[in-house]
Amino acid sequence: MPPLTRWHIKSAFIYLAVAMALGMVLALGAVMQLPTWIAYLSPVFFHLIMVGWVTQMIFGVIFWMFPIVTRARPRGNEKLGWAVYILLNVGLLLRVLSEPLNAINPQDVWGWGLVLSALFQWLAAVFFVYNSWPRVKERYRGD
Amino acid sequence: MPKLSQWYIKFSFGYLLLGFTFGALLLAHKGQPIHPAFWNWLPAHIEFLLFGWVAQLTLGMAFWILPRYWKEPRRGNTTGAYVALILLNVGIWLTAMGPVLRLSPWALILGRALEVGAALAFAHAAFPRVVGREG
Repeated sequence: MPPLTRWHIKSAFIYLAVAMALGMVLALGAVMQLPTWIAYLSPVFFHLIMVGWVTQMIFGVIFWMFPIVTRARPRGNEKLGWAVYILLNVGLLLRVLSEPLNAINPQDVWGWGLVLSALFQWLAAVFFVYNSWPRVKERYRGD
Repeated sequence: MPKLSQWYIKFSFGYLLLGFTFGALLLAHKGQPIHPAFWNWLPAHIEFLLFGWVAQLTLGMAFWILPRYWKEPRRGNTTGAYVALILLNVGIWLTAMGPVLRLSPWALILGRALEVGAALAFAHAAFPRVVGREG
């Protein structure tokens, strides 16, 4: 298993655990008084699961298991693969931080944090597809 | 990777891009409001990513890696899997575009019905391949 895949999969497990913990905290809101900003984390909960866990796990497994491009360049551009990992995770963490802070202070700088988060995650998807597209093919049979 | 899996996976990549594009616009709009009509795209964002990206990728991978037969055709009767690809994608677009184009609620119902058809057609094709080593 290549190092990038290990980073993706381990990060995915951490996001899953954090998402479950957040889900529990959000559920506690029904039986006890919680700080207001907690309620704004509901979209974060869904995105920790769908982006942090599901999509990240898929990205890691595809990088590992899809047919190689060539023997010389088996997994496409590895640097671009790392860029995908960094953009996806920095983008998602920026959202976790900015979403409740922006909800509490709508005119503050945190609104731009959400814009930056959106851009980072979108770039991660674009770079992932660009890098993985050539690997959606029959088994590699030599040049 | 068989041709049909390539179709499923390439379609799923397309939906990943579409879903993330809508999602990025919605998130940016939350931070720096652009236009309130953007919220009409929320169902499309969810539909494209849940069914177009994750479910479609899963079906493509399943068609590729489920056990094959010793004799041709190695993947059995594949008609259901081809039918599922068409039903799923038409269903996704009908379901996603309903709120955006203000279509009748029947568009959503028809879209979901096509998705049910896709699930049944794919299951019909894949069930016989869900076996142990002894067959």
